[in-house]
Amino acid sequence: MIDALGRPQSLLLLGGTSDIALATAEAYAAAGPGLRVALAARPSADRDAAVTRLEAAGCTVRALDFDAREPDTHAAVVEAAAQDGDVDLAVVAFGLLGDQEQAWTDVAAARALAEVNYVGAVTVGVALGDLVRRQGHGVVVALSSVAGERPRRSNFVYGSTKAGMDAFYTGLGEALRPLGGRVVVVRPGFVRSKMTEGLDAAPLATTPEGVAEAIVKAVTGGSEQVWVPGAMRGVMSGLRHLPRGVFRRLPV
Amino acid sequence: MSRETLHGWGRTSPTPADVHRPAGLDELRSSVTTSGARGVLVRGLGRSYGDAAQNAGGDVLDLTGWTRILDLDVAAATVTVESGASLDALMRAVLPFGLWLPVIPGTRQVTVGGAIAADVHGKNHHVRGSFGDHVVSMDVLLASGDVVTVAPDGPDAELFWATVGGMGLTGVVLRATVALKRVESSFFLVDTDRVPNLDGLLTSLSEGDSRYEYSVAWFDTATTGASMGRAVVTRGDQAPRDALPEADRPGALSMSDRTLATVPFSFPNGVVNRFTARAFNALWYAKAPRHRHGELQNLTQFFHPLDVVADWNRVYGSAGFCQYQFVVPFGEEAAFRTAVGMIAESDHVSSLNVLKRFGAGNRGLLSFPTEGWTLAVDLPVRRGLDALLRDLDAVVLDAGGRLYLAKDSRADAATIARMYPRLDAFAAVRDRVDPDRRFRSDLARRLDL
Ligand SMILES: Cc1cc2nc3c(=O)[nH]c(=O)nc-3n(C[C@H](O)[C@H](O)[C@H](O)COP(=O)(O)OP(=O)(O)OC[C@H]3O[C@@H](n4cnc5c(N)ncnc54)[C@H](O)[C@@H]3O)c2cc1C
Ligand SMILES: NC(=O)c1ccc[n+]([C@@H]2O[C@H](COP(=O)([O-])OP(=O)(O)OC[C@H]3O[C@@H](n4cnc5c(N)ncnc54)[C@H](OP(=O)(O)O)[C@@H]3O)[C@@H](O)[C@H]2O)c1
Repeated sequence: MIDALGRPQSLLLLGGTSDIALATAEAYAAAGPGLRVALAARPSADRDAAVTRLEAAGCTVRALDFDAREPDTHAAVVEAAAQDGDVDLAVVAFGLLGDQEQAWTDVAAARALAEVNYVGAVTVGVALGDLVRRQGHGVVVALSSVAGERPRRSNFVYGSTKAGMDAFYTGLGEALRPLGGRVVVVRPGFVRSKMTEGLDAAPLATTPEGVAEAIVKAVTGGSEQVWVPGAMRGVMSGLRHLPRGVFRRLPV
Repeated sequence: MSRETLHGWGRTSPTPADVHRPAGLDELRSSVTTSGARGVLVRGLGRSYGDAAQNAGGDVLDLTGWTRILDLDVAAATVTVESGASLDALMRAVLPFGLWLPVIPGTRQVTVGGAIAADVHGKNHHVRGSFGDHVVSMDVLLASGDVVTVAPDGPDAELFWATVGGMGLTGVVLRATVALKRVESSFFLVDTDRVPNLDGLLTSLSEGDSRYEYSVAWFDTATTGASMGRAVVTRGDQAPRDALPEADRPGALSMSDRTLATVPFSFPNGVVNRFTARAFNALWYAKAPRHRHGELQNLTQFFHPLDVVADWNRVYGSAGFCQYQFVVPFGEEAAFRTAVGMIAESDHVSSLNVLKRFGAGNRGLLSFPTEGWTLAVDLPVRRGLDALLRDLDAVVLDAGGRLYLAKDSRADAATIARMYPRLDAFAAVRDRVDPDRRFRSDLARRLDL
């Protein structure tokens, strides 16, 4: 259960090697003992390292095999996560940025982004929705992106998948509200994580820890959508309303 | 059956459940034996502060319609009552016969079932113990659908003492026979004393409590320094009939609420914040007489000054609040002082702070009261409260103390397990009477009970 002060007892990280997901788990682990974590990710040395990292933070961790591109397995993964008790908070953190020029010119690359970021997010979301409905409680944190708010020439394939998953999770939040659940849609700007390694940081860049802090605050405070950093909200609201001709010429 | 979102008195962590209002035993039994994967729980009047009376996604049985008094034996001073009756209704029913409830918590709007399940205590704990100490026997519906009668020293005394304080997790209390106390009036002779600081308070209570049946101190948690813990102590006893003015004697055994206007404070309107709460603390202290002895007060004045403010839990706003109540053993006054100091020096301010000396505890496996000092504070939910309460948990745990489950909404399982050493024995009883854990609550999930 998530207690009166917003602390969950158990987490499910989907995309358990994600820097943002791990920083979120660490933030909760720092707030008190006994955090259970189901860490769902593709088996790899990175996953082993992620398990070790959270154990060092005091969590009881269970690794689950999870591939976003195998949608037929998603219900079973979520079920397995709920085996030793309720899932209080699920973080949908898997995602692929890819090479953007390749993404709109190469079918396989475009499809990978669509399957991981959108199809996988939807099939996971359906399974989470079912779990939350049965539990009568639970919070789903969905990592969307400001890239989904207005498509840009520079990363519109990624942006389109995030726009789709953002819409899905926003709607899922409405569906789960009367059933005891809540969905928090998180829209970070540029985050310095392994996803953006080697890229030049955009203005208002933040860190996985910064996103984690915003997530904890949103879960505690009852918010349903947050931008990270908070100032991104105003920026995006402005950008969304710019005429296309102007937007096109912006260096974003 | 209807789907309803339930929360505790602190208005935190609401969850939905299918609420059943069974009309009779057969319907109740089938609700229990056919409950789904999320289990089932009884709820009383929802006066527990946290998540004790919630069962997310599962079934909840509302027995507040089960209020019949089945037998009142005036000669023996016992009453047998259905578990959904409120203590308020029960008190009104027995008072004309010169009978009185042995234990009354801070509100009478709790059910007999809730009073047993939380093994509630009142201002007379130091002499009378808790509610479970006065239950002569009770009928409990188990997960199997069987109804058993248990008594404190009967053949299944273990089940009795697991159910007293057991937070609804052993079965459904259907009815109970409770031993009553004889009184000549519903009024009290009350002594009020102002004490300038915490040490003075502890001394005053240690020395004076044994002379009174009822004793409690309201104290200031907002003031630091030399006046930290200054308090207003009210103590008293039931007034004999001839202590009442001649004109009031015929009505000595009626419930009189008529002097409400003289309740010594008015609650600040609107949101409770640091400033109003500080003002409230100062006001209550300043308004109390330095010493006033032998004042005649009615039940509401003496027991439930807050009941005159309807729905006062709403003043805290939508974020809700945490009630934090702990007890530490006698001899741990230093830890007690540390805890009070931590609250006073924090920027979290409580308006309602109650301090009391508990007498000996009972055999209830999860009963809260144990001999020592108990303190209850009400803290609005805000940033940083989690850290303060965690630090307090550590002090309480170190001192060999514990938190009250009926008021908790945020402790963690490991801490509670160390505070309640008889938790294993409690689990063993449940293994026997409810091996599939049909009876479940949000509290039980949160604390791995
Ligand atoms: C203003 C205020 C002042 C208070 N002051 C005090 C005080 O001075 N001393 C004190 O001890 N407590 C105090 N309390 C707490 C309160 O007495 C307890 O929480 C009590 O259990 C509430 O009873 P309820 O009927 O509202 O039960 P609920 O809150 O509805 O349920 C509490 C627990 O009892 C169980 N339960 C209810 N009915 C049954 C049944 N028939 N069979 C089995 N289990 C059952 C539930 O499952 C749940 O676990 C106070 C509460 C408030 C709001
Ligand atoms: N970083 C940013 O600037 C930024 C900005 C806005 C939003 N976001 C979103 O935030 C989320 C977390 O990102 P992050 O910054 O923490 O980046 P990250 O560390 O790269 O995390 C993304 C994770 O997705 C996983 N993943 C990729 N394909 C997968 C698949 N097929 N199956 C299972 N897992 C797969 C990766 O796991 P493997 O170990 O298996 O590869 C990786 O750990 C993502 O959804 C991202 O889109 C990021």
